[in-house]
Amino acid sequence: MKSFQVSVSIISDADIVTARQQARELAKTFGFSSSELAVIAAAISELARNIVSYAKKGTIFVKLIQEQGKKGVLIVAEDQGPGIPDLHLAMQDGYSTMNSLGLGLPGVKRLMDTFEIQSTVGQGTAVTAKKWVM
Amino acid sequence: MKVPILKQGNILIATIQSALTDQDLISLKDNLSHQVIQHRSHGVVIDITELDVMDSFSTRTLRNIASILKLRGADTVIVGMQPDVAFAMVQLGLTLPNVKTARDLEEGLTLLK
Ligand SMILES: Nc1ncnc2c1ncn2[C@@H]1O[C@H](COP(=O)(O)OP(=O)(O)OP(=O)(O)O)[C@@H](O)[C@H]1O
Ligand SMILES: [Mg+2]
Repeated sequence: MKSFQVSVSIISDADIVTARQQARELAKTFGFSSSELAVIAAAISELARNIVSYAKKGTIFVKLIQEQGKKGVLIVAEDQGPGIPDLHLAMQDGYSTMNSLGLGLPGVKRLMDTFEIQSTVGQGTAVTAKKWVM
Repeated sequence: MKVPILKQGNILIATIQSALTDQDLISLKDNLSHQVIQHRSHGVVIDITELDVMDSFSTRTLRNIASILKLRGADTVIVGMQPDVAFAMVQLGLTLPNVKTARDLEEGLTLLK
């Protein structure tokens, strides 16, 4: 049977590569263009790396979806890490607690068509984002 | 996966593969910064033709590599970025300031002449 979703557990930097490769393969079967596939891969890379960097472990879940005649992909990045105290700040370009570029989260929001983030300090973070086939 | 580094005269050529991990990029940084001294290279070409994604980590590391190599007396040129990769990178908000780029290996080598 053809599979419509993948779930990759993220523990090390090698899992970031696995997650984006599996997402790419899955999304390809749904007719995404090669530039859309690069966008999806970049978004997954950012979310998976945040899991490795800040939460140590978590899961990337990718699913093919169909809503109101539109085809797309749903990405969920989940962890039970430390959570983000100030989401507003975390979503700003250039804000980083790790002296990095601070472009991951705002960048993913720009790359995807929908973007939601939920985070509770001490409990974890969940990012849910969708991208439609153009 | 290791990134192969080739020596061609005064130039080093590093060819990146698609399934690049963070660790591979960090080793590349260490290897290049040793090898430019060892081989007295004055230029380094990093060929990213095979790379299918650029994210904040790879961008930051490539920028760092170029700055480190500069301090060690070598110019860096990044060649072969695919249009789709560039498109996603720009949308993410990533840039490569102060890093030379060229379309392919040949142009990159010319830039370093
Ligand atoms: N899953 C997470 N768990 C806890 N904190 C997080 C998580 N994801 C992001 N953060 C926090 O939000 C900040 C902003 O994240 P973002 O990905 O935008 O930037 P960054 O990771 O610091 O830098 P970049 O992604 O550009 O390398 C992080 O510095 C970190 O403090
Ligand atoms: Mg990040």
